[in-house]
Amino acid sequence: MMSDSSKTKYWRANLKVVVFLLSVWFLVGYGLSIFFIESMNQINIGQLGLGFWMAQQGSIFVFVALVVIYAVVMDRLDRKYNVSD
Amino acid sequence: MFSLNVAEPLLAQADPARIWTWTFVGVTFAIYLYIGWRSRVKETRGFYVAGQGVPAIANGAATAADWMSAASFISMAGLISFSGSDGSVYLMGWTGGYVLLALLLAPYLRKFGHYTVPDFIGARYYSDTARVVAAMCAIFVSLTYVAGQMKGVGVVFSRFLEVELWLGVVIGMGIVAFFAGLGGMKGITWTQVVQYFILILAFLIPSIAISSMLTQDAIPQSGFVFSDISERLNEVLMELGEQEYTKPFGKFSQLNVFCITAALMFGTAGLPHVIVRFYTVKNVRAARYSAVWAIIFIAILYTTAPALGLFARYNLIKNLHESQVTQIELQTGDAKPQSFDFPGSREAAFEAVQQAQTKNEQAANDSSIPKTSITYFLKSPDGKPLNWATQWQNTGLLKVDDLDRDGRINLKLMEIKGTDGKTVKRSELAKIDKDIIVLSTPEVAGLPPWVIALVAAGGLAAALSTAAGLLLVISSSLAHDLYIRFFDPSASETKKVMVGRVAILLGILVAGYFGVYPPGFVGEVVAFAFGLAAASFFPVIFLGIFSTRVNRAGAISGMIVGLVFTMTYIILCTADKVLPFLFDAPILTADQWLFGISPQGIGTLGMLLNFVVTWLVSLGTAPPPKEVVELVEGIRLPGQAGSAIGH
Repeated sequence: MMSDSSKTKYWRANLKVVVFLLSVWFLVGYGLSIFFIESMNQINIGQLGLGFWMAQQGSIFVFVALVVIYAVVMDRLDRKYNVSD
Repeated sequence: MFSLNVAEPLLAQADPARIWTWTFVGVTFAIYLYIGWRSRVKETRGFYVAGQGVPAIANGAATAADWMSAASFISMAGLISFSGSDGSVYLMGWTGGYVLLALLLAPYLRKFGHYTVPDFIGARYYSDTARVVAAMCAIFVSLTYVAGQMKGVGVVFSRFLEVELWLGVVIGMGIVAFFAGLGGMKGITWTQVVQYFILILAFLIPSIAISSMLTQDAIPQSGFVFSDISERLNEVLMELGEQEYTKPFGKFSQLNVFCITAALMFGTAGLPHVIVRFYTVKNVRAARYSAVWAIIFIAILYTTAPALGLFARYNLIKNLHESQVTQIELQTGDAKPQSFDFPGSREAAFEAVQQAQTKNEQAANDSSIPKTSITYFLKSPDGKPLNWATQWQNTGLLKVDDLDRDGRINLKLMEIKGTDGKTVKRSELAKIDKDIIVLSTPEVAGLPPWVIALVAAGGLAAALSTAAGLLLVISSSLAHDLYIRFFDPSASETKKVMVGRVAILLGILVAGYFGVYPPGFVGEVVAFAFGLAAASFFPVIFLGIFSTRVNRAGAISGMIVGLVFTMTYIILCTADKVLPFLFDAPILTADQWLFGISPQGIGTLGMLLNFVVTWLVSLGTAPPPKEVVELVEGIRLPGQAGSAIGH
């Protein structure tokens, strides 16, 4: 059984990972793709405005990356605190 | 040339697309039946959570199929196609919500390990009231949703196989009843895995073909970015007097793009039929990795959809704009159709059309006058006959009207004086349903008949997989959360499974009935189901995991305030459609919307209210008991996820 302090540490570390990843999620999904889409459209990617591309396709690639990073980082965290089963 | 009315049955039978479709549908249905038979189960653990031994990658594919409904497959690319840049609300809403689910809910709910979402809410908030409220919400959301899937099955059958809509629905019901009733979650899981591969192939093949044709790039995702197709489409749209495709905030205001995206995201994360998929894997780690596989599988379709939407809009305009009328056919009731060839009998044709339109206007107010259907046979500007356009007119999803009677269909917006003296802007494309975009792409692009058949099988796979997942939620809510718990807690395993089967069959019957005779509110509520889920489920599940202070009183008042607020606002804004027998106009019109927020986006505000109420009420009342705090601390640690406890 793990001690209460290492439980708390594991939970804190977990929260940090989630808060960081969701900040990226918010910045990409809402910031670049909605609030600042018009200024982002001044920049081009290929033949499209960057804002339009982000809103329709780029953000989805970022979302996939976030879920992958979460699984990998949490795996490491589980091993570090020895909580995996 | 054949018509959908089966006027020439022999010719219709010889149509290769139909033979292919029957073959594909027959083979895929046989596979679903076989899997259902192979995975028949005897105990509740197999019935509700597939024995909790599903590998992560298989659960990923099953989750993706569960998640992507008839709407994702059939309607979404079309919605995007007609919304341009603002179509991003659907793309980001339905994928971004998945990030929330994967990071904030799935691993913890798996650790909790019970069978259903109401189980979690009931245990976390130590309250049977909370459990019942959650079970009712789950049944309500799932039932309205499943009716839409059943209707999707019927539409595919009637369009591609010329089977009556009701018969299509009945066939679909029979198939689902077999594999879901017999195999429960186990049967559903493995059929969903197969259904994922069918639907993704069916989506990708036509997309790749149309991308190669229009952009010379076989990968739709890169053709979308690197070819000049978006510029070409923008130019064409400007010429027609419409807004540029890539310009934001044409369809929704910026505030509404934000609110609708958020409502879809948080609603998606709270949908019970997707959450329960994470109960089927071995442990917390497998739950995280099945989330990885699922979002990869989902992203394959969701990054293709915006490309398909753009390509299809361009292709449609190129084919229809300036197309020539070759023949007009009029049919009243069951009478023999009257047919006029162009250009020979043009004058007579338009005279007949004029009379039919006047009569149809009268028929709108007087049901004793039979309606006349007017079908245009068209030839594209480069001389190809547009058979698909004729067929879609027969389903009523596409309507053209040669307003200036010049024998050509012009998509340019024109100012037309209506009968009430007001000028309206419209083009000679009188109506086009969003569902046409995906279903007609193979025909518009001139692809071989087997591709058309594959799209039909894919649409069915998408509809059936989601329907099965939803039906399991309905069954588990009715049988496990309500009946067994409150009326027969000492039932044997065999009896529990039997009750579950009966509940699935009940769900299928109700869903099928709604699929054939959709009450006005079903169509409306489906569009708002996400907002309702966001306003009711998400905050309570999230706070239940991330706070140990939130208690029973907080959760129940939060759920009720969020749900009632959102529901009331939606009803006020859509009174004419939800309660047509009471109102002929919405009580709140678009210029009276609260802060200008549309009913589709109001769930975001409802969710914020739910959060605030849950938190404040919890702080004002006693903290939850010690066992509940221990339960919450337990689900935060991945170890010993094990099997469901307490059953």
